[in-house]
Amino acid sequence: MSHPTLEDAHAEPHIVGPKVYGLILLALLCLTALTTGIAFVNLGVFSPIVAIAIAVIKMTLVILFFMHVKYSSRLVMLTVAAGFFTFLVLITMTLSDYISRAWGLW
Amino acid sequence: MDSQTVAVRQQAEVAHHEGAHPYYLRHHFETVEQQKEAVSFGMWLFLLTEIMFFGGLFMAYLLYRNWYYDAFVSASNTLGIGLGTTNTAVLIVSSFTMAMGVYCAEMRNKRGLLLSLSATILLGLVFLGIKTIEYHDKYTEHHIPGASFSIEDFVHPQDKRDVALAPDVAQHAQIFFFLYFAMTGMHALHMVIGISILFALLYRASKGAYTSGHTSTIDNFGLYWHFVDIVWIFLFPLLYLISRHPLH
Repeated sequence: MSHPTLEDAHAEPHIVGPKVYGLILLALLCLTALTTGIAFVNLGVFSPIVAIAIAVIKMTLVILFFMHVKYSSRLVMLTVAAGFFTFLVLITMTLSDYISRAWGLW
Repeated sequence: MDSQTVAVRQQAEVAHHEGAHPYYLRHHFETVEQQKEAVSFGMWLFLLTEIMFFGGLFMAYLLYRNWYYDAFVSASNTLGIGLGTTNTAVLIVSSFTMAMGVYCAEMRNKRGLLLSLSATILLGLVFLGIKTIEYHDKYTEHHIPGASFSIEDFVHPQDKRDVALAPDVAQHAQIFFFLYFAMTGMHALHMVIGISILFALLYRASKGAYTSGHTSTIDNFGLYWHFVDIVWIFLFPLLYLISRHPLH
């Protein structure tokens, strides 16, 4: 049995190529056209929901491929997830305070 | 410490004494990969603070839009969707050129890296140029909050389809424009900082930096640039798009 080498201790870093970047660029531009187009359709209460859903898809593509998180270590994935979790705590806690201030007064 | 870690450590020690490690490997790291991991972890922690920074602005926008809904709808519809969409496309393409820059640095392609960084600078400047046109429009329309703000466009809308607001309700449009300038202004400030750093990276890359195996600086700047892109991906629909068909 051979001794582990320095190279074995870490996986070879993944290099993302122009092909993947090109496809992601195309997808992002299509989604931009889509979200602008949908803005002119009357979706009532769903219009902000659809707009934000498309923005979330675009963000996910950027994070996974342009920012290489898909190919990153678990530590980086966990860090990114922690960031969004903390942001959701900010939104949820503030909104729950806002909504409950006048509780029962309506 | 298990035996594998010991072996790796010993090997690092030997490599160090023989001077076999690359010049950019700092002494407190054992391998280049470990250093890379630590540096990118640090960059992500900085980006988390940025999420919370912009998060506060998004939170304020969410609450005030809920509160002064009619004023926010009218004010939002004065923004130009054409310019906003163009700017979104420009910024997305600049993210692509930045990603290509990271690729070229990894491939040790100096010419490609210089081209990618230059294209990113150019697209960043185009974005700021379009933003300047938009800001100037707000100035001529008297839509900048403060003493020179005019409620005229909201009380007597020129487009008959728009709802005419009562003067006191129309005043709340100032809060929309305050948040509009705060959010797009903070985003633009990040762009200005990014473009300044890009000029420094371009200068150093022209001297041969980043294409000899040590790409961490380019990688991490790429993360920053993509983050700024993501902020705009959310600003664009929230400020420009979602108020076209208001609920009444």
